[in-house]
Amino acid sequence: MVTLTIDKKQVTVPENATILEAARSANINIPTLCYLKDINEIGACRLCVVEVDGMERLVPACDNVVADGMVVHTNSPKVREARRTNLRLILSHHDVSCTNCTRSGNCVLQTLANDFNMRGTHYPKKLRHEPINYTAPLIRENDKCVMCMRCIQICEKVQSVKIWDLLGTGSRSVVEVSHNRHIQDTECTYCGQCITHCPTAALRERDDTGKVYDAIDDADKITVVQVAPAVRAAWAEQFGLSSEEATPERMVSALREVGFDYVFDTDFAADLTIMEEGSEFIERFTNKAEHSWPMFTSCCPGWVRFLKSQYPELTENLSTAKSPQQMFGAITKSYFAEKIGVDPKKLFVVSVMPCVSKKSECALPTMKDACGEPDVDVSITTRELNIMMRANHIDPRFLEEQKFDSPLGASTGAAVIFGATGGVMDAALRSAYYLITGSNPDPDTFTAVRGMDGWKEAVFSIPGAGDVRVAVVSGLGNARKLLEALKRREVAYDFVEVMACPGGCAGGGGQPIHEGCELAEQRGGVLWRLDKGETIRFSHENPEVAALYRDFLGKPLGEKSHHLLHTDHTAWEMPTAVE
Amino acid sequence: MSRLDIMTPSRAQTVIDGLYRDVERRIAASPPGLCPVDLAMNFLNLCHAQTCGKCVPCRIGLGQLSALMESVLDGTATMETLAIIERTARVIVNSADCAIGRDAARLVLDGLAGFRDDYEEHIMHHRCLGGMQNPVPCVALCPAGVDIPGYLVLVKYGRYADAVRLIRKDNPFPSACAYICEHPCEARCRRNMIDDAVNIRGLKRYAVDHAGIVPNHACAEATGKTVAVIGGGPGGLSAAYYLALMGHKVSVYEKRRKLGGMLRYGIPAYRLPREVLDEEIRSILSVGIEVHTDVNIGEEITFDELKSQYDALYIAIGAHTDKKTGIEGEDSEGVVSAVELLREIGDDNKPDFTGKEIVVIGGGNVAMDVCRSSIRLGAKKVSCVYRRRQSDMTALPEEVEGAVAEGVELVTLEAPVRIETDEKNKAVALWSQPQVIGEMDSAGRPRPKKADCAQRRIAADVIVVAIGQGIETHGFEQSKISVKRGTFVAQTSGQIGDMDGVFAGGDCVTGPATVIRAIAAGKVAAANIDEYLGYHHEINVGVEIPTPRLNNKPPHGRINTTEREACERKHDFQCIECGLTDEEAHEEASRCLRCDHFGYGVFRGGRKGTW
Repeated sequence: MVTLTIDKKQVTVPENATILEAARSANINIPTLCYLKDINEIGACRLCVVEVDGMERLVPACDNVVADGMVVHTNSPKVREARRTNLRLILSHHDVSCTNCTRSGNCVLQTLANDFNMRGTHYPKKLRHEPINYTAPLIRENDKCVMCMRCIQICEKVQSVKIWDLLGTGSRSVVEVSHNRHIQDTECTYCGQCITHCPTAALRERDDTGKVYDAIDDADKITVVQVAPAVRAAWAEQFGLSSEEATPERMVSALREVGFDYVFDTDFAADLTIMEEGSEFIERFTNKAEHSWPMFTSCCPGWVRFLKSQYPELTENLSTAKSPQQMFGAITKSYFAEKIGVDPKKLFVVSVMPCVSKKSECALPTMKDACGEPDVDVSITTRELNIMMRANHIDPRFLEEQKFDSPLGASTGAAVIFGATGGVMDAALRSAYYLITGSNPDPDTFTAVRGMDGWKEAVFSIPGAGDVRVAVVSGLGNARKLLEALKRREVAYDFVEVMACPGGCAGGGGQPIHEGCELAEQRGGVLWRLDKGETIRFSHENPEVAALYRDFLGKPLGEKSHHLLHTDHTAWEMPTAVE
Repeated sequence: MSRLDIMTPSRAQTVIDGLYRDVERRIAASPPGLCPVDLAMNFLNLCHAQTCGKCVPCRIGLGQLSALMESVLDGTATMETLAIIERTARVIVNSADCAIGRDAARLVLDGLAGFRDDYEEHIMHHRCLGGMQNPVPCVALCPAGVDIPGYLVLVKYGRYADAVRLIRKDNPFPSACAYICEHPCEARCRRNMIDDAVNIRGLKRYAVDHAGIVPNHACAEATGKTVAVIGGGPGGLSAAYYLALMGHKVSVYEKRRKLGGMLRYGIPAYRLPREVLDEEIRSILSVGIEVHTDVNIGEEITFDELKSQYDALYIAIGAHTDKKTGIEGEDSEGVVSAVELLREIGDDNKPDFTGKEIVVIGGGNVAMDVCRSSIRLGAKKVSCVYRRRQSDMTALPEEVEGAVAEGVELVTLEAPVRIETDEKNKAVALWSQPQVIGEMDSAGRPRPKKADCAQRRIAADVIVVAIGQGIETHGFEQSKISVKRGTFVAQTSGQIGDMDGVFAGGDCVTGPATVIRAIAAGKVAAANIDEYLGYHHEINVGVEIPTPRLNNKPPHGRINTTEREACERKHDFQCIECGLTDEEAHEEASRCLRCDHFGYGVFRGGRKGTW
């Protein structure tokens, strides 16, 4: 341990702690803009500079370690002058249009400017006015960029993809898509982790709320909304509701208030996914020689894009089952349309997802199986849902609790955990066990796949089937490690769940942004709690899924399922990664 | 007012003079990868500030040129802009009254010719081709990419063996390079911005001199693959070393009696002590490399035999033949080539030059090696005959100074014309034609031309020709390896054309270059041969580098390495360079700015732990 003095306070911290960590441990706040713990400690913004006795010049607190007897001043005149000036310099290169900025109220730069009482302009404004590409699911606006480099680092270090880079040199250096490419031409997975770690609005998802309003306002359209499992763990964070208050039932009310005609649940489709993917796994497992191993889950479009671009040779290892979002769309525009007796082309399906990549998934040419038009018309993020709620003056604190609509609204505990790392595997194993043995296991049998470890593995013995070797990874960096280990034959599995975002969809790139906080674990906890509280915790016991098979699909992996619920992952082109 | 005043510089002028020196040093510290258009524009702005304002092309034209270049950088220019830039610059060159305008515009024209694609990329795609590949200037400039800030801080903390281990990750010749590397790493050291480059090679020497015997990393599991390396010089041995570490079975075939190549047969012992070289080679071989010396390819074994016996081949035969001057009498007795002389010395067959007058033709490092060796062999007089000026010599300035201090006479601006022989066809003198230095050639070196005076006779007992080397293709004629301008043609991966499993590198591909470039070529070849053989072994030494600590870095003079006195050292072949003292080494190591952490390094990692 090392003892130092910060602002006249004695602070004792571990030897390799940074000055910033030491100060924060003593509740001394040092402002930061570029800092991202463990991922981006590069001292670029120079707002965290402090004065250290004996040092002639100021030092950044984020990337310098403490020393015994060090005397630090975090708020001296020299420090204040430097911070204010550097902040003014940053603002001179920033398009300060807070009134029409999506991050207004949730922007690190805006908060700092307010804290520092930045009024008036001090330096002439210098913006690049580069054209903005509004077509891709992920949008970058250079004039909002503070060059903190977080996006570069999170993409490279956490996701092991290199979409962003610092291009050019000197005064004209700029953060851009690597190798001078356009984002659509890259191996970008659209995981959105760069967005949730951007301190400003330089990165954001494409705003598709306008299309949703158009459909709601169109008298000829019947709007159907589905909500992904992880959304219910985060949808009311912005409104200050506790997780106990922010129930899924209250969320249903909010969606009705927004104006959707039918409020359904992606959880329903998650149970359906388990029926198809679980059956597919059993089919593959019992005909082992005919397939490449392991089988990979396919519900995460970021992961599918990653695999297809980085390891295209493993594409056939993906389960052919569509993701819950897409199963939902296909069933809505077939089964449900039939049920209510309307032309499926009159149905407008909106999904609310914790995800940016879902915007690209629903636009795939292969996702038009029900009626020739996209099965899901628009996918919006949790953040976009929040924007729509605010625009409609919906205050969830005062909403009553309501039920999802039927018939695509019923779900089980096995479905809600799809939003957390390990949840898909857990749910699949619960039903696979039943499908093989004919009886249910204890729903808490498979706890080894839960939790926040980036790479979990377990072996479960299922009577009649033998040992099933499973692995669960979240975060694409972990996925790459697993794939490399598989290629080197250091590991072998039967079934692998991959979610592109660390912690799974709960920490998805479409979730609300909280500077400096990683909320995947906490939100995942909400989902595991909801599972515990459900009376039905097995996908195969979902009554509406059972009715769907009885009345429409026949059986899992049947002909109708094959047409509507499965897909050919090789039928669309994904740009391959640049070495 | 007095009739005349003594000129005294104003305070402003004194400060500006200091700033000029700062800017010169700063430019020297420019790392590779910067945007050339941006730099050219800013150079132009500096030139514009020098204008007196009298003439139109310079006063207005340079400013307009700068604005046009800025529009290129801003992405608002068109290809038409490029034509306007070119025309404007051409007119300034053609119509400026003095060098201030003319040569400023010439910078722009040179840039348009030299990096037109950068201009075009900015105009057409609004993008810059520039970009720093490696954030640490010294590492970026070391051909082998040695982790220099890493080993400097290890020296600072007294971890000399770790420093050697870390160097060996990228360069298996830490000792040889500690004594004789041309240290390109120092050229753009960021410390230049403050005072002067860190004495990197001096610190490496301190590390190797104090590390003791450092065992090598264990080899990877045997792969059963075999590789033959032709040539046991620094390049061949580097490839052999890494391939052996990767688990391949490596055999080195060397033409001479001993290993070492130019390290032994080119570089004299007073620069690289033989015991240091022998120990380094022993260390490299200790990882398990089979050696066959005295083997001539094409005689004892043919290239095709080797090719059929091994899974892969690496050709690193260096450049060991000498170039001829072509003057009359060159084949007479008493005329030798530098390569021959140094080879004999390398094999310990030192000729006796006692009382003799030696004339050396050439102005490169090899010429200096010959001059200084001749002094040590007892020569009465050594004259170095060179057709340009001393400042044009390609030898390192310190080599030339060292030679002069030891008594070598520089006979500059004299072009050799013929060699006079006696009746027994023995050389007795070199006749040379005095020269005047003339206009620059296209590479920016001044061309000598015949002076209007009589030829000069320089008496000589021995004449040594040291004007460059070529490669010995004998034995490779049947190999179908293509030779272009006297060197083998290989790709940047080291691979030879469409020849499966045959790689080449070092002097035999690049022409005579430096030891560190040969080592780097060997490292590249090892990695690519490993891939070719179907593996992906990683080289990693696992040396932990201390985190940088806060440190004031006030300006501090560079601590140079010293040499033994000339009058003493010229009598023997003992090392002329004295290592740094403990005090000097620790102070000098503290001068390193840790660019692996501060600045771009902390963002880009600044360190490649494995390759």
